[in-house]
Amino acid sequence: MTAALNPKFTFETLVVGAANQLAVTAGRTVTENPGSAYNPLFIYGGSGLGKTHLLMAIGQAAQKLAPTLNIEYLTLDEYVEAFHAAVAAGQGDLFRRRFQNVDVLLVDDVQFLTNRKEMQAELLRLTEALQTAGHQIVLTSDRPPVEIADLDERLITRFSGGLVVDMGVPDYETRVAILRRRAEERGSRFQPGVLETVAGAEFQNVRELLGALNRLIAYQAVNDTFLNAAGAKQLLGISTMAPDVEAAAARAASGDEFGAFLEDVTVTVGKAVEAWRARVGEAILRWEGEGYRTHRLEALLQQEAPGAVDAVIAAFAKDVERLRALETQVAALDPQAAGQSVFRDPERLAEARELAASVESGVAPPPGPSAAFPLAAFAVGQSNQVAVSAVRAALERPGKQYNPLVLTGKSGLGKTHLLHAMGLGLAQKRGAVVACLSTQDFVDELIAAIDGNRMDWWRARYRRATALLLDDIHLIAEKERTQEELFNLFNVLQDRERQLVFTAPTHPKTLEGVEERIRSRLEGGLVVELGEPDRVVRRAVLERLLAQQEVPFDETLLEYLADRPADSVRSLSAMLQRVMTAAAAQDAPMSAGLARDVLEGQQPVVTGRRSGAVRTSGIVVSSLGGIRSREKMVWEWPDIVDRMLEELR
Amino acid sequence: MSLVNFTTREITCKIVYYGPGRSGKTTNLHYVYGRVPEARRGRMVSLATQTDRTLFFDFLPIDLGQISGFSTRFQLYTVPGQVYYNATRRLVLQGADGVVFVADSQARQLDENIESLQNLQSNLLELGVDVRTLPVVLQYNKQDLPRELILQAADLDDALNFRGVPSFAADALHGKGVFETLKGISELVLKRLAAGSAI
Repeated sequence: MTAALNPKFTFETLVVGAANQLAVTAGRTVTENPGSAYNPLFIYGGSGLGKTHLLMAIGQAAQKLAPTLNIEYLTLDEYVEAFHAAVAAGQGDLFRRRFQNVDVLLVDDVQFLTNRKEMQAELLRLTEALQTAGHQIVLTSDRPPVEIADLDERLITRFSGGLVVDMGVPDYETRVAILRRRAEERGSRFQPGVLETVAGAEFQNVRELLGALNRLIAYQAVNDTFLNAAGAKQLLGISTMAPDVEAAAARAASGDEFGAFLEDVTVTVGKAVEAWRARVGEAILRWEGEGYRTHRLEALLQQEAPGAVDAVIAAFAKDVERLRALETQVAALDPQAAGQSVFRDPERLAEARELAASVESGVAPPPGPSAAFPLAAFAVGQSNQVAVSAVRAALERPGKQYNPLVLTGKSGLGKTHLLHAMGLGLAQKRGAVVACLSTQDFVDELIAAIDGNRMDWWRARYRRATALLLDDIHLIAEKERTQEELFNLFNVLQDRERQLVFTAPTHPKTLEGVEERIRSRLEGGLVVELGEPDRVVRRAVLERLLAQQEVPFDETLLEYLADRPADSVRSLSAMLQRVMTAAAAQDAPMSAGLARDVLEGQQPVVTGRRSGAVRTSGIVVSSLGGIRSREKMVWEWPDIVDRMLEELR
Repeated sequence: MSLVNFTTREITCKIVYYGPGRSGKTTNLHYVYGRVPEARRGRMVSLATQTDRTLFFDFLPIDLGQISGFSTRFQLYTVPGQVYYNATRRLVLQGADGVVFVADSQARQLDENIESLQNLQSNLLELGVDVRTLPVVLQYNKQDLPRELILQAADLDDALNFRGVPSFAADALHGKGVFETLKGISELVLKRLAAGSAI
């Protein structure tokens, strides 16, 4: 029912001349942007001028560019036939559905719509449906839409709404080119001047021209001789067909030098004048098709004397390239801003630049990792070795090895430290944009974005990130919108092989209030647990803390403290704090004995206010919930004075 | 003078035949005039002295009709060759789109040829025209004279054509090479359209 595309009819085999250049360029544009450039594209021209060739070329080129496209070529007659068959079989709806799913519909010879009211209505419906769905329609006819007799007014406007281009009779040079190419394809050779003679005859269309060529080929094959120009003329009866050529030949023979001169000048002028006009026209068509304003080029056509045409076109193309680059740049930051018309008008390049700059400066990169947590400062022991080596491995091949990486463990074991350390490592890569923040901040930002109606901006901001590290992912619980956004972001980033790291107090599968799709994704990478600090870790941490406080201490104190059980780094810090407070209160040096007194309860610490077992440094150091990320910052305060002030409050 | 007017869709080419006295510039024009169909040519204006020497200039307008949608006209001018008409020569040269330098092939006229060529250059310079960009062709006329009297085209090329422009051997009296020359200069002039650098 549907004719297959003839593989011979491609853009490559189509000889382009002044007469069909516009149509071919439009065809190419449509091929590259089906549905968006010129829809519908209506090509008309006399019979045998290459409409079907162009139509099939569009189909094949579009298929080549996007193999998944559903492309259908058929003549109007076939369409009518198919419709009648479908109606007869009671499957009219099926028929409609079939055509509504076509991405590129190529309909040949629509002039036969004359006097077919029912078909016109059907085609109108289909055209509307396809156009609405953004699908491309290309139609050909032997006359422009308005001249198709008895055609529905609505169809005329619809057809004319896209682009209507004509294909004319090829000029002499194009005719010669067509003949040469065809002769070459056929493997035939001719004496010089023969093809030119044939081209010189005024055939009404290419088909007749090729018919003449076929006769020559057949004659030569049968007689096994080469025809000369005169012989060809005689064979084809050109003398009667083309008096002009005959006259020209006669003129040349009788020494009509002026005639010959005139012909030469005609060719030269044609080349000179039309060449630049065609170039400008082509450029306008091309850029307009891509949605750019082309005032500058149009002005060129109005000009009395063309300046450096090619330079103007080149400059225009360059400006468009610049606009494009700016647009992509802006699109990465703020998709809404990228849609502005300023990016479509090369005359407003400066404005576009300004806009891009303002967007650029307006978009702060997502919050990055804190420099206070270098990986080098992380105390490694048996209890956290697996986690640390996982982090190191992930740092070596970010996004590829363990993605996502989930660090679990109780509060105060250094998950945040490790997370930021990893963020710092990732940020060292070239062009890295590392988003490293607490889940709470993530949620807050999202809410602010929703509030400010800047969701696109927010999304773009995070989608730019080359790595996303979220602390305390369990805080996402019950936050549906955040989960939704995180889910999408997660997929985008993971698709692009960007590293994702999360921390959670427990294994992801036990997280409550978190959607299954997120839970399962968290589990999909590597989940490592940080254990309670072993002695090696405890000792290293204490040593660092003591060094930070710049208080004198001895080995025995360090050994004693390291031996004390501690379920987290934070409780170690609290323990040390108590000893230091006591030492300060008693004005005694820090020693193992003092520490033993303080920690083993022989000398209760001064105020009753701080006798509570878990109240250590004036703020709740709880491993049982609360806003941990805020607390965590407290034990990192380097200055004891700050800490005292906090206590006194 | 605008070579191509896109508003009125006109192309006008002003071609000036330049060269020493008696080299055959007017003869060139006469031959062209004789070959152009009556409807196509304007009246040839020739201001000549009693002895048929060009006094002021010859002017031959040719209408080539519609070409690619442009009404195309050629205006052929000659300058008086004698040294003392230099002001006239410069006047005629003004606004030329192309120049045909008609050289006398006679060996004894070589110095006159060179002098005239230098005069052309200095006149163009004074008119502010860049000699290197103006289309110019050379015509070695009177090649029909006995071989012993004339220089061959190759020798003349060596002597005169240091810019390597197209050159044509001709016998203007009998028409040989006249249209070839005209064709040559037309092509050069019209090609400047393609380069988009019309005057």
